[in-house]
Amino acid sequence: MQRAAGLVLGLRAGCCPRSPSWGRGRGRSWSSAAAEASAVLKLRPEKNGRQRILTPESMNPLVKAVEYAVRGPILLKAGEIEMELQRGIKKPFTEVIKANIGDAHAMGQQPITFLRQVVALCTYPNLLDSPSFPEDAKNRARRILKACGGNSLGAYSASQGVNCIREDVAAYIERRDGGVPADPDNIYLTTGASDGISTILKILVSGGGKSRTGVLIPIPQYPLYSAVISELDAIQVNYYLDEENCWALDVNELRRAVTEAKEYCNPKVLCIINPGNPTGQVQSRKCIEEVIHFAWEEKLFLLADEVYQDNVYPKDCQFHSFKKVLYEMGPEYSSNVELASFHSTSKGYMGECGYRGGYMEVINLHPEIKGQLVKMLSVRLCPPVSGQAAMDIVVNPPVPGEESFEQFNREKEFVLSNLAKKAKLTEDLFNQVPGIHCNPLQGAMYAFPRIFIPTKAIETAKAHKMAPDMFYCMKLLEETGICVVPGSGFGQREGTYHLRMTILPPVEKLKIVLEKVKDFHIKFLEKYA
Amino acid sequence: MKGLNLPRTLMGTMANKNMKQQVMNGIRDKVLTLDTMNQSVKNIEYAVRGPILLRAMELERELQQGVKKPFTEIIRANIGDAQAMGQKPITFMRQVLALCQYPDLLSSPSFPEDAKKRAMRILQACGGHSSGSYSASAGIQTIRENVARYIEHRDRGIASDPENIFLSTGASSAIMAVLNLLVSGKGKNRTGVMIPIPQYPLYSATLAEFDAVQINYCLNEEHQWGLDVAELQRALGQAKAHCQPRVLCVINPGNPTGQVLSRENIEAVIRFAYEEHLFLMADEVYQDNIYAEASQFHSFKKVLMEMGPPYAQQLELASFHSCSKGYMGECGFRGGYTEVVNMDPAVKQQMLKFQSVRLCPPVPGQILIDIVTNPPQPGEPSYQQFQQEKKAVLAGLAEKAQLTEKILNKQPGIQCNPVQGAMYSFPRIQLPPKALQRAKELGQPADMFFCKQLLEETGICVVPGSGFGQKEGTYHFRMTILPPLEKLKILLEKLSQFYAKFTQEYS
Repeated sequence: MQRAAGLVLGLRAGCCPRSPSWGRGRGRSWSSAAAEASAVLKLRPEKNGRQRILTPESMNPLVKAVEYAVRGPILLKAGEIEMELQRGIKKPFTEVIKANIGDAHAMGQQPITFLRQVVALCTYPNLLDSPSFPEDAKNRARRILKACGGNSLGAYSASQGVNCIREDVAAYIERRDGGVPADPDNIYLTTGASDGISTILKILVSGGGKSRTGVLIPIPQYPLYSAVISELDAIQVNYYLDEENCWALDVNELRRAVTEAKEYCNPKVLCIINPGNPTGQVQSRKCIEEVIHFAWEEKLFLLADEVYQDNVYPKDCQFHSFKKVLYEMGPEYSSNVELASFHSTSKGYMGECGYRGGYMEVINLHPEIKGQLVKMLSVRLCPPVSGQAAMDIVVNPPVPGEESFEQFNREKEFVLSNLAKKAKLTEDLFNQVPGIHCNPLQGAMYAFPRIFIPTKAIETAKAHKMAPDMFYCMKLLEETGICVVPGSGFGQREGTYHLRMTILPPVEKLKIVLEKVKDFHIKFLEKYA
Repeated sequence: MKGLNLPRTLMGTMANKNMKQQVMNGIRDKVLTLDTMNQSVKNIEYAVRGPILLRAMELERELQQGVKKPFTEIIRANIGDAQAMGQKPITFMRQVLALCQYPDLLSSPSFPEDAKKRAMRILQACGGHSSGSYSASAGIQTIRENVARYIEHRDRGIASDPENIFLSTGASSAIMAVLNLLVSGKGKNRTGVMIPIPQYPLYSATLAEFDAVQINYCLNEEHQWGLDVAELQRALGQAKAHCQPRVLCVINPGNPTGQVLSRENIEAVIRFAYEEHLFLMADEVYQDNIYAEASQFHSFKKVLMEMGPPYAQQLELASFHSCSKGYMGECGFRGGYTEVVNMDPAVKQQMLKFQSVRLCPPVPGQILIDIVTNPPQPGEPSYQQFQQEKKAVLAGLAEKAQLTEKILNKQPGIQCNPVQGAMYSFPRIQLPPKALQRAKELGQPADMFFCKQLLEETGICVVPGSGFGQKEGTYHFRMTILPPLEKLKILLEKLSQFYAKFTQEYS
């Protein structure tokens, strides 16, 4: 909120470069941390009076302006506390629980056996002779290796990704979307979804002054978006999700945001996160139709972040891909609306974050732009091939009749049903706490409850030059060892405060975490009453 | 309006006039076109995977479809992709990685104990003991420590701090990240970056993408692609008129030029960078690829530290390494690291923040970097095999480097400097006036024309010198020396024959 206001003001005043006060009032932001550090440096006498070449003052101001709360000051503090615990310093807790990030395996989720078998077979093909690996895993490994240069994961792949994996992705999308065709030429494998999203945004941003590209993002958002927009010096255009209505997306709000933005930029891109991160809502089909119609009407390029497509929990919720809905709306839309949709190995039931696997599908992209995209990707050579192999298993899992089918499904269902349980549990327990309100977690991996922060705490936070929810989360971390991210890192309506917490810890641990948050919150309310 | 399955509520709000017109026109203008796209991205060029490779891929498809060609396979000598050329992975590296990916194997008797020990140590350092969790953005801590120890060992005891090590997605991503930090200012204050000509086109591509000013300094082809400080001085002097030179990039061993810098030369470059207040970037990904007997790799870090004050305490340096080259050739895993020296602590924080937006480098690549920097030690079960495999690759490369130089130099009109290091030859070719004329008519650089013809007639895919930069009026191509020896011989013979035919045809 503060950020958007600052940006608009800056633009109206004709001040293009971002002001260094960007992070002020947002807690100990990266830029203020940097400023402190450089102040310390200046106090130190410079040898020969020689200045460094690369300093916080001389560095790329766009990179400096980037903020990424998910791994921001809270995580740094968590690291410090962990170190202190290791050194035997006494704390009111014995371990730091990093609920700041959707990192399933780190929280104890077991990898899907089949996926790891195939990746290991590809890595060390001697294992193809081992009787302890199932035939279907071996077949997949052989097929992937055959498509790799020199039959090795160690060769560069095509910049767009290994061909047969792109074909598998296309076939997967067709199945998922009930037969809507997908073309392997429209599939680009990526280094996690983040890399795909930044790449597409990079190619989209152009113009100067009032013609600078505006990018519509939800508030609350996943801060990859604001970070990349900031790095690219594009204009962030906020549209607000409706917290009173389970974080639903309202097209009237989109219209308001675009209309206002047109005064100072060229709104060209509309980003949607479905299921929502950090907000966990799952868009209805009707809502998706409305959004597509709006994008068509306003000539906006659509970015659909669908990395949580497998993470949908209530029985009455269903994931609809933008691609499918787009096609079913008929040719006027399906042959015109430009769409890029993203998926990843990091979420779903796989949780393979470390492999940095992902893909994007582009629809109606100008053929010349496809060429530009491949050129740009080719400078980075190729996405990690082991991540590509992991992606292949996600889109080409064991089928009925294959040896690993049953185990694969059992493991998958186990993870997903557990997540559904935890989603419900989290919602229920949060809503039992006075001063905390949590919308239903329909999908994704996070709760984003609203927290009431008393006036005295807000004043104390301000005195510490911190956003009130940052102050709250820091206290929570210091007193309980629980690491969550303040809502200000995602954006929220002014005067409201939230936190994002993953629901990934094992059920028993999650219960304890939630109890601890509850106790903390009640104590916090008392202290600052 | 038929076929539009719209929610009823929308029908009313629809811009009818607009709609009719568009239905009549059919396809509308796109939002994203060559005209509306990011112009800096449009300006990027990357010859290594440019039009020649695209054509090679087309030809490959045609061959698969059974179309008759004067050749039966495409030989991709355009890129340093060792395993695609048949080089075998180092067994130990793959064993450790497979163990980390599928820890059930830790109980398998067919894996050596030292591989298991390393895998267990790495998994211990991973969140939830899984290679599938995100690592810290700078990389897994214990791997950063191993990298630092490795550098200390390589540099004969000169200290290296794990806090200065950032693991990366191949060296390319680290080079881009550091350049991104360095680029600022507008107009005459825009950051200028000095790069060698010929260069590896990652540099020119990244500078185009960041809209930074490229400052060329020419390597001296007559002196085995030597780096001449007087030439650095000239380039810098001229650049100061239109930008602010802040960075000097050096590629050692050279890509595509294969020279290995002498220690004296490195000292002179460091003094120059210090005096001219330049941030030094040392691309040292080929540090294990030294072939000429008289050549030796000296890291910029080591030389810098041995030069003592004021250089050692003040010159800002970033050095890059990768698991894609050397004897490993593990390109697909995208492993790499950078060591920063004398970097402002606040800037280091910024670099970390920036890296955190992309979460972390791929963990399998990090694991391979661990093995590169922490290989089996004498007395460990895998020591001998590891050394054997490593030596076999490097000796093979040395032989191929010599062979390439020798065969190419036999052909009148082709002149090839010694391939002292790296993985490429970058021979100079004389092109007859008629070929130059023909290329001009086609609107192509003359060496692009040559390489295209070479590809069409022989299936050999090499990259024209114009993609790397070269002195005006000279023509080159870059070819990897990676194909197996017998295949390389045939390739070089074919290439020489084609050249002879080509020059005859156009003279």
